[in-house]
Amino acid sequence: MDALSYFATSWVSPELFGLTALGTFLGIYIGAIPGLSVTMAVSILISFTFSWDVNNALCLMVGVYMGGVYGGSRTAILLNIPGAPSAIATAMDGYPLAQKGLAGEAIGLSTVMSVIGGFVGIIVLALAAPTVSKFAITFQPRDYMMLGILGITLVGSLSGGSLAKGIFAGALGLLVGTVGLDPMTAQERFTFGDVDLWNGINPVAVMIGMFGVGEALHQLHYMDKMVVKQKINRILPKLSDLKKYLPLSLQSSLLGVIIGALPGTGGDIAALMAYDHAKRITKNPKVPFGEGAKEGLIAPESANNAAVGGAYIPMLTLGIPGDAVTAVFIGALFIHGLNPGPLLLTEQPHMFWFTVGNLTLSNIFVLIFGLTGIKIFSKIVECPKGILIPIIFLLSIVGAYAINNSIVDIWWMLAFGILGYFMRLYRFPVGPVILGVILSSLTDQNWRRAILSERGDLGPFFAHIFTSPLSTVLFLAIVWIFFTQTPIWTKMVKPRLFRKKS
Amino acid sequence: MSSPSLRKPGELIFALLLVIFSVFVFWQAYKIAGLSSMSSAGAFPMAASFAMLLSSCFIFVKTLKTPKAEGMRFFYHCLPPVVAIIMAIILIYAVLLDSVGFTLTSFAFLFICIQILHRRSPFYTFALSLITLIVVYIVFRLIFQVVLPEGIVPEDRIIAVIKSLWS
Repeated sequence: MDALSYFATSWVSPELFGLTALGTFLGIYIGAIPGLSVTMAVSILISFTFSWDVNNALCLMVGVYMGGVYGGSRTAILLNIPGAPSAIATAMDGYPLAQKGLAGEAIGLSTVMSVIGGFVGIIVLALAAPTVSKFAITFQPRDYMMLGILGITLVGSLSGGSLAKGIFAGALGLLVGTVGLDPMTAQERFTFGDVDLWNGINPVAVMIGMFGVGEALHQLHYMDKMVVKQKINRILPKLSDLKKYLPLSLQSSLLGVIIGALPGTGGDIAALMAYDHAKRITKNPKVPFGEGAKEGLIAPESANNAAVGGAYIPMLTLGIPGDAVTAVFIGALFIHGLNPGPLLLTEQPHMFWFTVGNLTLSNIFVLIFGLTGIKIFSKIVECPKGILIPIIFLLSIVGAYAINNSIVDIWWMLAFGILGYFMRLYRFPVGPVILGVILSSLTDQNWRRAILSERGDLGPFFAHIFTSPLSTVLFLAIVWIFFTQTPIWTKMVKPRLFRKKS
Repeated sequence: MSSPSLRKPGELIFALLLVIFSVFVFWQAYKIAGLSSMSSAGAFPMAASFAMLLSSCFIFVKTLKTPKAEGMRFFYHCLPPVVAIIMAIILIYAVLLDSVGFTLTSFAFLFICIQILHRRSPFYTFALSLITLIVVYIVFRLIFQVVLPEGIVPEDRIIAVIKSLWS
């Protein structure tokens, strides 16, 4: 009964209700406008909302997240430019549909399927999180440490390109997170005798730099892309279509939740895997995949919104972010004095049910805003980048300043912005950096607890990993990730396995 | 852009800089507590910087092996003038923000950037920057209550005058 009243907090308070609606609305546009990302928006929002009441701030940010994951599909369908990475798979069949004059139908169908996916994700979150959190209390420090490392390496290995670049980015983030006074011994680390550095480098400044300024600078390369206009007729999808594709949507949603729940994997990977899944199980598609198959639109759209609920599971129960956006979210929770982890559900159950209620409400708003206002939508998305990008810079600088009213944070933000620009240019993933910064103190402190309990001896530390099934699984998972990147796997084992399959 | 198998101009130098930076931070991490114990304050930073060092060396060697992209110039494909100019403008903006104040510097920043990137008549840009600044000011300063540097513009007095017009 308590859970229900917490669940309904944001439904009954007009202020929270309004903020969730506003957040979702903004999220859809932010997700849809190429060059604006959800991660960017949430990082900038943290700095502006940190003086707010925690509930208000969370309502706005949850809305932006949910709306943003959906919003990316709009531009993928209309312009063949995925507004967000999670919409890359959507463009493959969404744009061909639009070219056939079915843009409205494609948008309607993707909206409804996104909402179904979103609900599946939320239901799984509500059911699984309490169990996971009970289980998480039994976790040893070494398990936390390995989960942290697993999350970073997974993001590094899956975000495309080389694992070495991913590891470098993750390790850099971990290192940036250690700057300042050591929380356990108060020793100075990388402070160079500067008192300003005692509190470390502000993670929000790093986030805004990497995702705000870095991304916007990169966008300057693509200033002259032409915008193609599409005709939009009906938006409400056909009932027969909904019935026909519901099983596929549910399957993809479940796939999405699971992938979203793994540390380090988020909506973009969920969407691509669901697309692949749809391709495999659809024996005789009416229209071939890649030429406007509705299956190819439904699967990724259900999966990426389902992944939102999934990503919340490790975030709330373990304090471990699933992807860059949840990493930013954890930063926001810390700033508001909340401690995501196994104790959150027992000590602050209202926070958990409040978040679940929030996600549900926001998902309903996705449905409402998704099926209306399409005319204004196409106008706003065509906002020229020449105006948009200066505004992003302005907001990034104001945002970085607003965290502590200090100019130093602006310098850090700009430094990481320029670093982020060059990292993007030379194909380094930037997500692991943020994940590293957020996970740094968790991994560091748990490593030291783990090794102290073994009296500083590495031998028993490794021996004890194999006494616990969980530690063994985590350890093997990390080893597996490294193994799949070695030449033994890529050149010898993998080709043989795949030859057998075909 | 180019295919991923080709080396972009400046990529090798970037990789080399990462190696040098990793060596530097590894040395700094070593200075925290040396190799005294596995649980010291310096152990984790050393592990992280060692991972950076290993991976950056690997990246450097790999970059060295990839063939160079032909016909690409650093200041055209990697750091085009417009990006460099905008970076410089942002730096100047950040320097002046605290002393001159939010309103004046931000207006100048928006005006210059939009003029460079959007290329319309100055009057149009002027109006656009002004409207944007007013919206940003209302949303963040007045609604979100974000503290912004005031600088040389007496904002409080201006707002008081505007308020007195209403009452």
